[in-house]
Amino acid sequence: MYFNEEFETMPKAALESLQLKRLQNVLERVYANVPFYRNSFDKAGIRPGDVKGLADLQRLPFTTKQDMRDSYPYGLFAAPLEEIVRIHASSGTTGKPTVVGYTRKDIDNWSDLMARSFAAAGVHKGDIIHNAYGYGLFTGGLGAHYGAERLGASVIPISGGNTKRQIMIMQDFGSTVLTCTPSYSLFMAEEAAAEGVDFKSMKLKVGIFGAEPWSETMRQEIEAKLDIAAIDIYGLSEIMGPGVAIECIEAKQGLHIWEDHFIPEIINPETGQRVADGELGELVITTITKQGIPLIRYRTRDITRLIKEPCVCGRTHARIARLSGRSDDMLIIRGVNVFPSQIESILVGIEGVEPHYLLVVDRKGTLDTLEVQVEVNDSLFSDEIKVLQALGKRIEKEIKDTLGVTCTAKLVEAKTIQRSEGKATRVIDKRKL
Amino acid sequence: MNVEQISIFIENKSGRLAEITSILDEAGINIRALSLADTSDFGILRLIVNDREKAKSILKERGFTVNKTEVVAVEVPDRPGGLARILKTLDSAAINVEYMYAFVERCGENAVIIFRFDETDKAINTLQANGIAILDGERLYRM
Ligand SMILES: [Zn+2]
Repeated sequence: MYFNEEFETMPKAALESLQLKRLQNVLERVYANVPFYRNSFDKAGIRPGDVKGLADLQRLPFTTKQDMRDSYPYGLFAAPLEEIVRIHASSGTTGKPTVVGYTRKDIDNWSDLMARSFAAAGVHKGDIIHNAYGYGLFTGGLGAHYGAERLGASVIPISGGNTKRQIMIMQDFGSTVLTCTPSYSLFMAEEAAAEGVDFKSMKLKVGIFGAEPWSETMRQEIEAKLDIAAIDIYGLSEIMGPGVAIECIEAKQGLHIWEDHFIPEIINPETGQRVADGELGELVITTITKQGIPLIRYRTRDITRLIKEPCVCGRTHARIARLSGRSDDMLIIRGVNVFPSQIESILVGIEGVEPHYLLVVDRKGTLDTLEVQVEVNDSLFSDEIKVLQALGKRIEKEIKDTLGVTCTAKLVEAKTIQRSEGKATRVIDKRKL
Repeated sequence: MNVEQISIFIENKSGRLAEITSILDEAGINIRALSLADTSDFGILRLIVNDREKAKSILKERGFTVNKTEVVAVEVPDRPGGLARILKTLDSAAINVEYMYAFVERCGENAVIIFRFDETDKAINTLQANGIAILDGERLYRM
């Protein structure tokens, strides 16, 4: 179900000409109003007027998180403070947070995009949305809240914390939609089980999860334990907040990024050059409608790829694949860029191999070496040396064939590689030690 | 007729072998035969013990990857050419020996060799048809 059919299904050519018009407009605005952009464009020798087509976007310099910190708090705002109606900030782990400001129009657009996102997840007027994203400086709570109201659904602004009470309310109020982080949903499931509450007896039908990395395996676990469809949503406060991109419930195969407001690019994080269509790289986003703090070619550090093929749902907006890590995780091994997530997907493709692995990168003489450690579990183990050696050879071959990198597979004892969702150490780079 | 062997995956780290034998010892499990096959990175420890189920579960509890395999215990006459005759018999029947190792105890005048075949049943039939004695599992565990 569409929320805004005209824009969501806009033919590609019309969408691109809308993007160009909006891009040219935002470039004029930031050049006129934000000294940072005036300087960086001047330095790069490009004027807003030089951007004649979407391809010219590549000639513009990037904006980074550091640029936002350097402009703390309001230096990148393109609208006067009198026009700003809301201020959010990201919780930076070090030092000052990054600050974003929204004009009334920005809030209006955000609400629309979040309502679109809800609709894409199969949510509609009449649904009861249990919004357990935190309300506050973090964009999650209010972003989802405004979108829910825009859609016309009933929103319960429960925010985070007090899980027992959350479960009681979800049950008593008949919530049909849950919005929170994926790990919190599993925590809820555990608490509910401890309380003797069965999620299957609830009215909950869909969960919209974001704000932290998660995996396909985790999706299956959530869907089974909560008896819902689990949908992946993407957003970051610098760009807007939740609702930048979302999976449609029809496909659950990549997240539609709302291209009438954002232009996505995928670049090689080392060279800054765009990668070939469909290849993995760092997501760069240009906001083309924002007024408060438009960002030009913002480097998200998130690793994904663009899916431009048409989607079964009929939306014409490109999709980004489920995030597969941060660009800071990228390894360069003998000149080849390798993301740990690429190796992970090769490994899980081999029957019996679990997604617990460790990459050890070293340098012998002048040559980089890569060792891929894989646990030998019951289903891989054999009493015959040659069977295990064949497994090692197969891992080495598949990695070589897919990524072009030579490695040695090392079989290690079961449960000896560190576990934990999202933050497990996957790489030991001895070259840096 | 067949003998159950347990196999354990170990990384080539010092002390692992000693750890396993002491775990089994503490549990009162008797190791009847042992063979370690190893590469530069890992090894496979193969054991014949008196209590397979207990050994397997106790090692699994301690985090080891363990499996069970059927092997064949063959009586080998302790005289020149004893083993050669057996291998020749197998070879002419085109039966592959994956690996083999000696059993600690003797069976009367004969030595006992543990064989791992790719086709266990065919191997047993061939050996018996050629008058070569095969030891029953239950008897072996108690030896
Ligand atoms: Zn779709």
